[in-house]
Amino acid sequence: MSIPAIRATGDAPTPAPTGQRADTPTQRTRPRRKFPLPRPGALFVSPYALFLLVVFAVPLGYTLWISFHRFYFTAPGAEFDAPWVGLRNYQDVFSDPVVLRSFLNIAVFLAINVPLTVVLSLVLASALNAKLPMRSFFRAAYYVPYVTASVALVAVWQFLFGAEGLVNNLLGDLAPDPSWLVNPVLAMPVIAVFVAWKQLGFFVMVYLAALQSVSKELYESAALDGAGRVRSFLSVTVPGVRPATTLVAVYAIITGANLFSEPYLLTGGGGPDHASASPVLVMYQRGIEQGHPDFAAALGVVLVLFVVVLSLLARKLTEKEG
Amino acid sequence: MSRTPGAMTRLLGGRSARLLVLTLGAVAFLFPFLHMLVGSLQKTTTGDLNGAIPTPGTLTTDSYANINDTISLGRSLLNSGVVTIGVLLSTLVFGVLAGYALARLQFRGRGTLFAALLLVQTIPFQLLMLPLYVLVVRDYGLGDSYLGMMLPFAVNSTAVFLFRQFFLQIPGEIFEAARIDGAGELAVLWRVAVPMASPALLTGCLLTFIGPWNEFLWPFLVTKDADMQPLAVSLAGFMSNLQGTVDNPTGALMAGACVLAVPAVALFLLFQHRFTHTNIDSGVKG
Repeated sequence: MSIPAIRATGDAPTPAPTGQRADTPTQRTRPRRKFPLPRPGALFVSPYALFLLVVFAVPLGYTLWISFHRFYFTAPGAEFDAPWVGLRNYQDVFSDPVVLRSFLNIAVFLAINVPLTVVLSLVLASALNAKLPMRSFFRAAYYVPYVTASVALVAVWQFLFGAEGLVNNLLGDLAPDPSWLVNPVLAMPVIAVFVAWKQLGFFVMVYLAALQSVSKELYESAALDGAGRVRSFLSVTVPGVRPATTLVAVYAIITGANLFSEPYLLTGGGGPDHASASPVLVMYQRGIEQGHPDFAAALGVVLVLFVVVLSLLARKLTEKEG
Repeated sequence: MSRTPGAMTRLLGGRSARLLVLTLGAVAFLFPFLHMLVGSLQKTTTGDLNGAIPTPGTLTTDSYANINDTISLGRSLLNSGVVTIGVLLSTLVFGVLAGYALARLQFRGRGTLFAALLLVQTIPFQLLMLPLYVLVVRDYGLGDSYLGMMLPFAVNSTAVFLFRQFFLQIPGEIFEAARIDGAGELAVLWRVAVPMASPALLTGCLLTFIGPWNEFLWPFLVTKDADMQPLAVSLAGFMSNLQGTVDNPTGALMAGACVLAVPAVALFLLFQHRFTHTNIDSGVKG
């Protein structure tokens, strides 16, 4: 799930020529039969196709079905009725204060996480984009949090930002009260900063690659027109990497829709008082802890729609730009 | 950091300014890891600067013993390892087959399957957790089993995509020659394509590894039995429930975090050049 959006668009220019290349040999060597045997291609992809069916298509359909019925957990094998309830689960979702709060929290998350990620990763990528000593050390250093388990990193951040943690010790009297993770105003921002920190290395690489494709001539002509460094950064670099920026923003949105471990572990179950609850955390608490899978399924459908709309939007934007 | 991009560019003009920015960045990224390591070795783990600077005489490996007694590190590591290796093998076998077919073979539904491959990568897994939980745990009875933990990750779609891109880059004449010599498709794949694909296979393994090794939510949902929990889950359990059971609980938590972090970080550092390189090549430039 990590690299997808970028991969998907990066691929866009290739299909036409490569598709032809792949077609010709097979067509030439295998004459059409009236009742063709299954082609090796179909056999080769069948396990993967089955996997997609079982792990994506069926659950997607099932979650839709559950979301329109009154659905309970029962002992395995027990028969039970699941009456059709129309849109009632969706009404419950949209009228639930905790759900609404969780969407508001995601808005806070995005308002902090997206600009922070875009600015810092573009700055670090621009700084890296030159012949420098220890360049590969820096690249590796930025990437390390990205490959490390959230649970391990959350543990350290909990320690750093805890009431007795290093951050508060350094701040002394300036330390917030109540402390970061139990403060209703600060809990969500800490999560947004944590996620930006964890993912930044990946986006630095994305920008670094995007910077390679910004034409040197544009910088030269900007300089000829009398643009200073600041002006050429804003007029050449920033528009030049816009497709990457779009992807960074959309990927952050998808991550935001997906937050779970951070509010569950870092702020002790979306606390204080749901101030850092995320939609997926609410799905878990309502669906599995409290046994209302139908409510959680409807919430899941709302989230899937949210993510699909954004992905399509991203594709459209990047195609137009790139 | 409150610098505006404009000020930043001016700063970035000089080489030493670039290095300064990059060094600040590296400190911000690496400091928490130092804090984790030092904290795991302190006799009494504290959130002051002693937790960042190792002081001889106050260091001990007690925290590692404590976390091992509480959540049984060996068993948890074994569970993480079995799940991760299972996913790796399954991704290598089924993913290479699928990637090769998508790149090089003609069959009905190829375009649809490729579109599905791209689509599923934009659907976050978390959103499918509820129906998957109902199916896997309630209907198939795979709770507390390795198979249940592996199922949603069994074939890494990003790796399939990577394999496809790689097989597309190999000149078609090579496959053609093998086919003219009478090799079946499986032989072409096994004797011609796979031996050439080792860089893609390595990258595929690395990016597949960090998924199941680091995953928390899904194994957390499907395992109730502590003996089946992978390390990420048992450590999270310690974080939320068991901290009162040991002396110096923060130290024990940091020790567990180190054990969880080390395999993925070590693999990444060993192969980092190739990892980032291939990522960028197949990703952004297109």
